[in-house]
Amino acid sequence: MITVTNVSKRFGDFTALDDVSLEVPDGSLTALLGPSGSGKSTLLRIIGGLEFADSGSVVIHGEDVTGVVPQKRGIGFVFQHYAAFKHMTVHDNVGFGLKIRKTPKERIDERVNELLKIVGLGGFAKRYPSQLSGGQRQRMALARALAVEPRVLLLDEPFGALDAKVRAELREWLRRLHEEVHVTTLLVTHDQEEALSIADNIAVMDNAHIEQVGGPRELYDRPANSFVMGFLGPVAQVDDTLVRPHDISLLSRPEGDAREAQVTRVSHLGFEVRVELQLGDGQPVFAQLTRTEAAQLELSAGDIVWLALTGDRDARLVSEDDRLDAVA
Amino acid sequence: MASLAVPKPPARTRRSLGGGVGPIGLGVATLWLSLIVLLPLAAVLTKSLEGGLGGFWDAISAPSARYALLLTTAISALVALINVVTGTLIAWVLVRDDFRGKSLVNAIIDLPFALPTIVASIVLLSLYGPRSPVGIHLYATKPAVILALAFVTLPFVVRSVQPVLMEVDREAEQAAASLGASGWTTFRRIILPALYPALLGGAGLAFARAIGEFGSVVLIGGGIPRDTEVASQYIAKQIETDRPASAAAVSVALLLISFAVLFAIRWFTKRKDVG
Repeated sequence: MITVTNVSKRFGDFTALDDVSLEVPDGSLTALLGPSGSGKSTLLRIIGGLEFADSGSVVIHGEDVTGVVPQKRGIGFVFQHYAAFKHMTVHDNVGFGLKIRKTPKERIDERVNELLKIVGLGGFAKRYPSQLSGGQRQRMALARALAVEPRVLLLDEPFGALDAKVRAELREWLRRLHEEVHVTTLLVTHDQEEALSIADNIAVMDNAHIEQVGGPRELYDRPANSFVMGFLGPVAQVDDTLVRPHDISLLSRPEGDAREAQVTRVSHLGFEVRVELQLGDGQPVFAQLTRTEAAQLELSAGDIVWLALTGDRDARLVSEDDRLDAVA
Repeated sequence: MASLAVPKPPARTRRSLGGGVGPIGLGVATLWLSLIVLLPLAAVLTKSLEGGLGGFWDAISAPSARYALLLTTAISALVALINVVTGTLIAWVLVRDDFRGKSLVNAIIDLPFALPTIVASIVLLSLYGPRSPVGIHLYATKPAVILALAFVTLPFVVRSVQPVLMEVDREAEQAAASLGASGWTTFRRIILPALYPALLGGAGLAFARAIGEFGSVVLIGGGIPRDTEVASQYIAKQIETDRPASAAAVSVALLLISFAVLFAIRWFTKRKDVG
């Protein structure tokens, strides 16, 4: 378990972390999710010992490591841009941590081969990092971090430099790897889809604070505030109620307290159909419909429809400030 | 020669608007190179072989000539080595540390290179010469020669290592630290390998410069035959005593040593690049 207590960090005038506390459960895959500049990377680097907190403490598995150098923390750190040792082969990269621990050569070879197999780089031991693709390099970096059997694995935007397709593959792969290796993992990302799809625990950060911690469903369905709601997914505003656009249904005739609205645009995005509307008072709203729903309504721009809020009441928020505008 | 020190830029396919340089450009380049470099080299080679190969050998194996050549080569190699260590250190300080007056220090690095070499000699003479204000008398000793050569070759390694050091991946260092590597281990295993080509290039340039150095050594070195007389001084003396063939022979020997070293470094750097 990683326990961060009341950690603050400033860089000159900039407050990166303001009295942040966080618990990362043993064996979990926790994501630190937030926009850039929210302090998530700084928090990760403080846990890894690459930065030191101005105040507060960091405890890893019961040991206070607040002032301990990274060499002695028993961590594995993976960087966004791979941080490969360019002049070493894949084998030597992965074996680096073991080699400087004076592990016997046979033991290193054995462990490296085992790890390369796990990360799917079995035949690549003799290659150099420059001969690998980005995704392969990152898998090598992961194997390198795992080689020293770290107590915790820290990943700083590990898939941020990869293209969308590879990113999605590696996400899946990391999820499976975590199920296999089960090392406590903390992953920094600004991509809410990434966090929702692989983490079992997410801490949402904004502006040097942790806004909410919880499981993916909990955060999506019960956001603590409009920032969390807006960061985890699309938000539509009807009067002063914030609601997920898929929790808006469109009716072809008035019913209950449904509101009248005019369709301004219909976009077909594959499975999903995005309908932009304008309420009677001129407020724009958008709704997400499935293909089937949209087909039944036969919508086109100019149509008049009635708009009703469906879905879980707890998933809605009453607009409290104007922060949503910044993320919408 | 200077291109040796600069790490090769990534291959870029560049399409100029007018196409290739054309035959005139090529002709001018060839002509200029010939006038400035190739013809004089050919002339001195011819001169050195005036007495045939035997004459050439006699000229460079004369005791004073041989001593001067050996001394020059040995001291130049030593100076290149000193430069590798101190130059890396200075480059490190300039890239990694922040202190007041850093830009001034950075500018001073080039001073020994920009200074007229005879001025360098006088500068050193006034501090370490017979009337040394600090009581260190090095005039006409081998340390004086080493000092003079180290002085004029100071910038080479610094300037070749500096840009490479700036490009070194800091995250790779942090990764090494997270894997348990101490600062020294990280330097030796992660940073130093990245600096090898630049170090070799810088050392090669320093060596090539030191081997032919004249001005900075001439006053403080004393020019004592078979003691502190370097090859360039020996050559000058041969000219003064009207033995141009002997001077040319020793010159060609110097040239050959210089070429050999530069080619060796080039070959080695290339091999490293491939690896």
